[in-house]
Amino acid sequence: MDNNLNLTKWERIKDSDIYHSFIKSPTAIISSAILFIIFFCSFFIEFLTPYTPFDPSSLSLMDAFTPPSWTEDGLSQFILGTDGQGRDMLSTILYGCRISLIVGFAAIIFSLILGVGLGLTAGYFGGKYEMVVMRLTDVQLTVPSILMALLVDGIARGLISREMHDEMAIYVLIFAIGISEWPQFARVSRAATLVEKNKDYVSASTIIGVSNIVIMFKHILPNIMRPVLVIGTIGLALAILAESTLSFLGVGVPPTTPSLGTLIRLGNDFLFSGEWWITFFPAIFLVILAFSINLLGDWMRDTLNPKLKK
Amino acid sequence: MSFLKINNLSVDYKMRKETVYAAKNVNIDVNKGEILGLVGESGSGKSTVGNAIINLIDEPGKVSSGSVILGDLNIHENSESIVKYRGNKIGLIFQDPQTSLNPILTVGEQLIETIQTHLKSSKEDAKNKSINLLKEVGIKDAEKRFDDYPHQFSGGMRQRVVISLALCCEPELLIADEPTTALDVSIQSQILDLIKKLTKERNLAVILITHDMGVIAETANRVAVMKSGNLVEIGETKKILTTPQQSYTKSLVSSVPPTNKKISRFVIVEKENKKNKENNIKILNRWTKKEISNQDLVQVKNLNKSFDDNFFAESSKNSVLAVNNVSFQIKEGESFGLVGESGSGKSTIAKMIVNLFKPSSGDIFFDKTCITKIKYRSELMKFRKQIQMIFQDPYSSLNGRLKVKDIIAEPITLHNPSISNSDLNNYVNDLLDSVEMIQKSADRYPHEFSGGQRQRISIARALATQPRLLVCDEPTSALDVSIQAQILNLLKDLQEQLNLTILFISHDLPVVRQMCDRIGVLKDGKLCEVSNTEDLFLHPSHEYTKELLHLMPKIESIYN
Repeated sequence: MDNNLNLTKWERIKDSDIYHSFIKSPTAIISSAILFIIFFCSFFIEFLTPYTPFDPSSLSLMDAFTPPSWTEDGLSQFILGTDGQGRDMLSTILYGCRISLIVGFAAIIFSLILGVGLGLTAGYFGGKYEMVVMRLTDVQLTVPSILMALLVDGIARGLISREMHDEMAIYVLIFAIGISEWPQFARVSRAATLVEKNKDYVSASTIIGVSNIVIMFKHILPNIMRPVLVIGTIGLALAILAESTLSFLGVGVPPTTPSLGTLIRLGNDFLFSGEWWITFFPAIFLVILAFSINLLGDWMRDTLNPKLKK
Repeated sequence: MSFLKINNLSVDYKMRKETVYAAKNVNIDVNKGEILGLVGESGSGKSTVGNAIINLIDEPGKVSSGSVILGDLNIHENSESIVKYRGNKIGLIFQDPQTSLNPILTVGEQLIETIQTHLKSSKEDAKNKSINLLKEVGIKDAEKRFDDYPHQFSGGMRQRVVISLALCCEPELLIADEPTTALDVSIQSQILDLIKKLTKERNLAVILITHDMGVIAETANRVAVMKSGNLVEIGETKKILTTPQQSYTKSLVSSVPPTNKKISRFVIVEKENKKNKENNIKILNRWTKKEISNQDLVQVKNLNKSFDDNFFAESSKNSVLAVNNVSFQIKEGESFGLVGESGSGKSTIAKMIVNLFKPSSGDIFFDKTCITKIKYRSELMKFRKQIQMIFQDPYSSLNGRLKVKDIIAEPITLHNPSISNSDLNNYVNDLLDSVEMIQKSADRYPHEFSGGQRQRISIARALATQPRLLVCDEPTSALDVSIQAQILNLLKDLQEQLNLTILFISHDLPVVRQMCDRIGVLKDGKLCEVSNTEDLFLHPSHEYTKELLHLMPKIESIYN
């Protein structure tokens, strides 16, 4: 125990069980490597590609519908081909991926804060307040999340003027997805809070005179974060998929700043005329992204769950 | 030739960082008709030996060497054959009767299933046999209860059922792993008597694994002492307990609280040369010491508490009175003990005194102020500061996400927000000193400490607000005897130097005898009697107290 003190932070991490189970799991390594590459490429895309697909002046309609580079008519400068407006598919996908990731993360953080906030207070205070919050989650869960998001989007369209709409679309989308995902967080954090609040360290703090707010956020919150983060990771994949679905349905982000879902929708029109790559590559990219996140989430759940420990 | 021979048994657990040797070259033999007590503190490998006999070691552990010979069979020769002996020649009794029975099968079904697995017998025969067994272990109306589910039995009755399950295939060896630890004293003595009786009647060889020296003194013929995987000493119980040869056994025996006299401090053999006395003075400088007056610090008047806050419950009809009209006083500077079995309401009273629960009716006065009717937080904080509590489970009483220094600093900064950082650090260090912990501990997290050390941190936190009343709710019942002795010594030292008033709650009569000036005995929420410690132990007046005193396992019984 004594030599533990002299370790640097990195050495401590290397010594931990989580690091070790990470090293031992090929799924975790591969999926996090893929995620790292995707994150890196989509956030630093400006420095990696010569194309700016959303600048109309740089586009040439002459290049439109170029197939991928390895096919007969392919051009070497467009690896995955181009779409109907002559935009390079690979850079369009990575730009789109950035928007999908931003929307996914923002939505999940929004629902995490809302859900954990309500679940934690409900579990801690109990009584009528808890009952109201938990019935609210039940009601929320009876509405399919896509329907909920469509509803929010519809209301927002009615409230926001037409000029503002394209600008506001992304925020509406974040809110719409976030509001449909919070019940999960509320349920998990309430259940975890019910366990934690009966532990003696909470009683000890009460006896010392610590206020409820401090007990909830300083003492209980860090102790319930594990399960919350696990469902957060899996929720992230769901949020990205929800974003894509909404964009595919045409109620998500506008075509001028397309996300993965918008790209799939745009490419869908050309599918039967033989330009399969316009919809295929964004779709396969979305599958890889969601799959990697889910695999990482599964690994986290197994590692962080003491009951499943071998 | 002894019946069971364990030769050079070693069990290893290969972990990622190191290999843990749970048992090292253990040699034990047990004769028929004899109870061998296997004692040791947690982690000493006593349960490992028990499990290794039947080859029930969990991964990643494995038996690395040695043999187990039952009669004239080497039962470890091949790992498949051991399955035949488990439950058949060898019967098992586990600690927790709540979990060792399958809740969705009736008791009868479980018995018949076990009998039919091992013996070729018809269902009728198996049923008759099971009913006879249930009668033998002392279950009344065995025919009727045969079809009951485990939850319809009480804890002690359930343990009897477990024993009947262990006996149903007429084993010759019985392994009992802490069979009475989860039970109350009165039930404990019944179960131990039953095991003794069965050993004689059926000429069984019994291995009784326990941490309780009192249980060993009253039941075992011979005793084996284990420490960190090694067998320290083995021999006649009387010889080992009265004239131990090894220093570890000596310290173990001296840490056991005697039941027949009050001693001022436990003798800690390993720590004899160390003088810790001067350490405590450090926090004395900060302490506004209360003079011992003869006044009542705490007055509890007609306290009642019922739990019926179920939303759908019909009002008060089914509610249980956890505390029923309890009144007592605690004088300033005194240690007052509350004793009772589980469910007697002793913890509920403690929680009402520290204001975690509101009483249903009745009042608690602290320093002549009624603390149960305080409405404003600012007023309540004054009392929060003066009443602190130490909890039973050291593993749940510290927040694992905070460093030790933050845990101890929390009450200090809360009640004195203007304290400077350097002063705060000094204070935390002084507190750690006074509970005999090194100052380096401040930068660590609770999971790096053992149960006893955690309990010390808990005490340091409770002392941080300079309380007048310290409520100790079973502070040592989760700890090993030698650690218990150290913590009890510490509490006594602190009380003496700081003139603390202590409310000490325990189910363990010998411990209470060592710690308290006056004792109240609780049963089913009612206070049976309150009297001075010596009077209570020498001349108990209430029937229930007499029974409790009679039943408690006494290490001194070895002298008779």
